[in-house]
Amino acid sequence: MSMISVENLDVWFGRGRDRVDAVKGASFAVKRGESFGLVGESGSGKSTILRAIMGLAPDWSGQITVDGKAISGRREKGFYKQVQMVFQDPYASLHPRHSVDQVLGETLLLHGFTDIDDRVVKLLDDVGLGGKFRFRYPHQLSGGQRQRVAIARALAAEPEILLLDEPTSALDVSVQAEILNLLADLRVEHGLTYVMVSHDLSVVGHMCDQLAVMKDGEIVEIMAVDALRAMKAVHPYSQHLLEASV
Amino acid sequence: MTLLDVENLWVKFPSRHGVFDAVRGVSFTLGKERLGIVGESGSGKSLTGRAILKLIRPPGIMTADRISLEGDDLMPKSERDMQAVRGQRISMVMQDPKFSLNPVMTIGEQIMEAYQLHNAVGKKAAFAKAVEMLEAVSIRDAPRVMRAYPHEMSGGMGQRIMIAMMLIPNPQILIADEPTSALDVSVQRQVLDIMDNLVKERGMGLIFISHDLNLVADFCDRVLIMYAGRIVEVCDADKLREAKHPYTQGLLNSLPRLDEPCARLQVLKRDPAWSEAPSVSGRI
Ligand SMILES: Nc1ncnc2c1ncn2[C@@H]1O[C@H](COP(=O)(O)OP(=O)(O)OP(=O)(O)O)[C@@H](O)[C@H]1O
Ligand SMILES: Nc1ncnc2c1ncn2[C@@H]1O[C@H](COP(=O)(O)OP(=O)(O)OP(=O)(O)O)[C@@H](O)[C@H]1O
Ligand SMILES: [Mg+2]
Ligand SMILES: [Mg+2]
Repeated sequence: MSMISVENLDVWFGRGRDRVDAVKGASFAVKRGESFGLVGESGSGKSTILRAIMGLAPDWSGQITVDGKAISGRREKGFYKQVQMVFQDPYASLHPRHSVDQVLGETLLLHGFTDIDDRVVKLLDDVGLGGKFRFRYPHQLSGGQRQRVAIARALAAEPEILLLDEPTSALDVSVQAEILNLLADLRVEHGLTYVMVSHDLSVVGHMCDQLAVMKDGEIVEIMAVDALRAMKAVHPYSQHLLEASV
Repeated sequence: MTLLDVENLWVKFPSRHGVFDAVRGVSFTLGKERLGIVGESGSGKSLTGRAILKLIRPPGIMTADRISLEGDDLMPKSERDMQAVRGQRISMVMQDPKFSLNPVMTIGEQIMEAYQLHNAVGKKAAFAKAVEMLEAVSIRDAPRVMRAYPHEMSGGMGQRIMIAMMLIPNPQILIADEPTSALDVSVQRQVLDIMDNLVKERGMGLIFISHDLNLVADFCDRVLIMYAGRIVEVCDADKLREAKHPYTQGLLNSLPRLDEPCARLQVLKRDPAWSEAPSVSGRI
């Protein structure tokens, strides 16, 4: 059974001449414990698909099923314990006047944990930041450090599903390697399911089992990672994308 | 010809636990070239870029023996004089593009305002120019984007809008901090071509901050490799893959590769000696 299934998803914004059909008829399914990649053109609707699953897109139609439950309207409270998202824009997703300690502490509290102190320390260690960053504010962190706080916050809830929007594009390659290893370990240890957006095909190749290629709001191709490695794309746009990235 | 000459640049943050030296005595020059700065997260790349524009906010402190822009030392300049330098002579694309845009103004209003500040033209001409600039950075539906607000843009669209805006004043130097980190390869190529043209045709100097080593190796002329606030190695970009410093080697080895799948990626084993070695000079 699929952990996440998206069928015939349309997402649109605005109206009249400002209407944008950001996602058009997208369908894909991700099995429990699998990692699914979303790649494609900038502005093609990748983030919008993740946001729709999180309940952050006001206008959509089609069917989204998570762990066998069709979701619509407001998400139930338990939803955000099960599904967490790391946003593309770490600066915008962290409150400027909340320290790292507050961000993580409050998230832990919200999800009903009591051993807050130990968990904050553990989370910071997991993402390679360590205790000296605990009482810093977002503006006192580099871009990559902020991104790691955002990842730690998503992990705090111990979710089963992680939606990762360009989780390592703000990170240098060595921290990227640490984070990707951590995500791979977590997936094995806890059977997590990932949907991961990245513009870096080698990152998707390393992390995912399957991937969808998007262009202009549509999924033009779904391929297995072996096909990606073998450079065997069918759709002209995916072929172009593959050729351009070597 | 040297456009910019930075000598012995420091950025410090005093705190309760003592002073944290984020940038420690960095020196380099920039000519009409594409100078890459790479290095791990927190190594001081962005702060180096901001310090050139004297944009270090208190309690942060910056010092330098000299930051000279075509022979004109910026260090003694007042905040007011710096405002004329920023934007006019040196532009910077910040790492957080959407954060640098005004959230309550449409994209169109912001680009037009910036354009009219630098060019004596009417609204109509400014509008046409703004649309043209958006199209140049491969924005598909420019008229719609002109009416939209920053939060309505995708990550990569925000980056491209910032790049378009920073090029309006026709700066002598562009500091681009991770300018293409959210772009797919084909759009990335187009944005790089724009910057490349400005370097080749108008003689602009480009400081290109990026953690994408392959990109920097292919795109830049020269590279500074930073670690813990210092430059640990300087090399020609096309020699980056043969770089000698174990840190640079470590960075290169931690890249995932499509042609060589592996279960775990290599991570850096940091050697304390790396941060003790004196900064290498990037001056020529
Ligand atoms: N809140 C919004 N209001 C209006 N339009 C929006 C909104 N959010 C997204 N869009 C539009 O939807 C389209 C898809 O955006 P999305 O953020 O999903 O792209 P993306 O594939 O994630 O791109 P990138 O790789 O650049 O981040 C874009 O044209 C964008 O302008
Ligand atoms: N306002 C501040 N107060 C204290 N420390 C700061 C402040 N701003 C930055 N730092 C620290 O200075 C160091 C260098 O930061 P900088 O933003 O230059 O890193 P970077 O090389 O650009 O990293 P990234 O690749 O993650 O963007 C980091 O360790 C950061 O935490
Ligand atoms: Mg996106
Ligand atoms: Mg930075």
